[in-house]
Amino acid sequence: MPAQRLAKLSLDYLLLAWIALVFVFPVVFMVMSSFKSDLQLLRDSASLRAFLPVGDLSFDNYAKAFQRAPIGLFILNSVFITAVTVCVSLLLASLAAFSFVFLQWVGRSVLMAAVLATFIVPFETIAVPLLLIVNNLPWIGLDGFKTSWLNSYQVQIVPFIADALTIFLFVQYFKDLPKELVEAARIDGATWFQVYRRVVMPLSGPVLATAAILKFLMMYNNQLLWPIMVVQEESYRPVMLGLQYFFQLNTAWGEIMAYLTIITVPVLAFYLVLQKAFIASIASTGIKG
Amino acid sequence: MREIGTLIAAALAAGAMVGVANAQTKLSMWYHGAGNQLESELLGNIIADFNSSQSDWVVELESFPQASYNESITAAALAGNLPDIIDVDGPILPNWAWAGYMSPLTIDDEKISGFLPGAIGRWTGEVYAIGLWDAACAIYARRSVLEANDIRVPTLDDPWTGEEFDAVLEKLAATGQFEYAFDLGMAWTGEWYPYAFGPFLQSHGGDIIDVSANMADGALNGEAGMAFGEWWQSLFARSLVPGTDQDGADRETGFLDGKYALQWNGNWAAVPAIEEFGDDMLFLPAPDFGDGPKIGAASWQFGISSSSENKDGASAFIEFAIQDKYLAAFSDGIGLIPPTAGSAAMSEKYSPGGPLEVFFELSNRQATLRAVTPAYIVGGKVFEKAMADIANGADVADTLDQAADEIDADIENNGGYM
Repeated sequence: MPAQRLAKLSLDYLLLAWIALVFVFPVVFMVMSSFKSDLQLLRDSASLRAFLPVGDLSFDNYAKAFQRAPIGLFILNSVFITAVTVCVSLLLASLAAFSFVFLQWVGRSVLMAAVLATFIVPFETIAVPLLLIVNNLPWIGLDGFKTSWLNSYQVQIVPFIADALTIFLFVQYFKDLPKELVEAARIDGATWFQVYRRVVMPLSGPVLATAAILKFLMMYNNQLLWPIMVVQEESYRPVMLGLQYFFQLNTAWGEIMAYLTIITVPVLAFYLVLQKAFIASIASTGIKG
Repeated sequence: MREIGTLIAAALAAGAMVGVANAQTKLSMWYHGAGNQLESELLGNIIADFNSSQSDWVVELESFPQASYNESITAAALAGNLPDIIDVDGPILPNWAWAGYMSPLTIDDEKISGFLPGAIGRWTGEVYAIGLWDAACAIYARRSVLEANDIRVPTLDDPWTGEEFDAVLEKLAATGQFEYAFDLGMAWTGEWYPYAFGPFLQSHGGDIIDVSANMADGALNGEAGMAFGEWWQSLFARSLVPGTDQDGADRETGFLDGKYALQWNGNWAAVPAIEEFGDDMLFLPAPDFGDGPKIGAASWQFGISSSSENKDGASAFIEFAIQDKYLAAFSDGIGLIPPTAGSAAMSEKYSPGGPLEVFFELSNRQATLRAVTPAYIVGGKVFEKAMADIANGADVADTLDQAADEIDADIENNGGYM
């Protein structure tokens, strides 16, 4: 029945459009509000005008936001911290997962259970002991020898390299790979590391993209408590700590929206880049179809 | 030959200058104003003046966002790397002093004798910190609205009584011209609740914690506390004020837009209101519920960390910073109340005849400190939750009893904060 099909299709699209709007509206609100004065922004927020480019629009909030906080520095810091953490984390987590899935060694089940058990430990419970540890760790860097990791990049990177979720994602993915590929490589004389590098990882595009996106978002968006505790110098602060520069006695809502719009750009760029890699990896793997 | 002599002389002079620079001991200072350009500039001027005024000390500033400043201080105290000079929010000071984060100031009492009471941070009889400003709340009102409804304009000498204030709210609500008669600012959570609403409890004769008895029981949930709680709940039950679901945007613009007849707000919001209503704008004193009209006091203050090895230098800086000219400059810059009569006279907005003059007098005559005890940190948060619960219809007696128990349990768990 064409009429029935048309009605069903219309309903489907209406539902999908509504769901899309739910996700798109906050972003539209953020971007539109970033061009409005505080008073107009607050007054518009009670109506649909909040999502429309109406009223007196200007780039004033962007100019003021750049004056209020060193946004470029914060973004660079966050991108550097996030990029290094994501790269090292993917490497170590995939190696750990490879070991859990393909190597036979005593105690791996127990250790895997222990790794998964760390899921239930909130970061807040280990924050203070971790602070005391990093405060007394030595470090040799470009600026010489230091007796503490406070006020550094490594203090924001190293504690977050290993996490149970990333290892778990790789373990689950590796379990589904055809064992025959690994066995064939071993019979051909490949070492375990060669199997990891030349057989398993080239097939792991999807899980790499997924883990990278999750880790990126975790590092870029959720960096607050730890930097508050360990970063006392502005030169090492990440974007989320920078957001707090805008919450004063009279909160600068327009500037906050401008700041959020600016710091969202790296996230969107990263997602778009990985979205391509994700599709490419699916298309090029030998296990598809 | 003559050039060589000149070069040697120049080198010796440069060496001597480096020597002077090296002789200056570094004083580290942490401040909560990151992101506030005006504050940073004003504080930077004071620091620059101090650094060039003497050759013993050089202050180096690190600014933190206010929203996470306290957590940064706590973490630094744990790690043992507090700076020499810190700033502290007044009601938190007793806790930081008790916890050993801060040392008393060695400052001549005479130098702070003319300060507003809220600008001096005392604990166990000693001065731990001094503020460069204070803040005050007032009832925002429009003369035209009061006159149209035949409502008396209260004064500092003759504020509204509790009953009179209640009748005013009922009368304004009955006009039907406003969504609510009074905006308490329920959308502003956090410290606003104990800062803004605690004085209503104090004016009823209660308090969050009875400092002398070192307990909340009897102060928060005694007869006065109960009377306050019942009145508080009735405001919401009678729909005289917006509830905890108030939209943050309405809090910001509701009074300016005419949705609320009256508003309970601080001096930091006064300038936009004057710009909107001009001479029609009034800042009225808090009502007297029986134990005197009261408003909150104590804002950010400067003190010395206990781990500082340069306490003399830190004290010297704080003494330098509290000169009237700097206090007036801060007030002109950020709009808060200058803490001395001298600095108020020098300021643009708070000088006699200035648009915000009334706030200095409000602060001088009605300001009441929040419970000066290390237990306030927990007490303030518990009070906030109790106020929200009662506003949402919870049983007043049960809620206040539970809140008092919770605060007293914290005091007990910390050995009475002795």
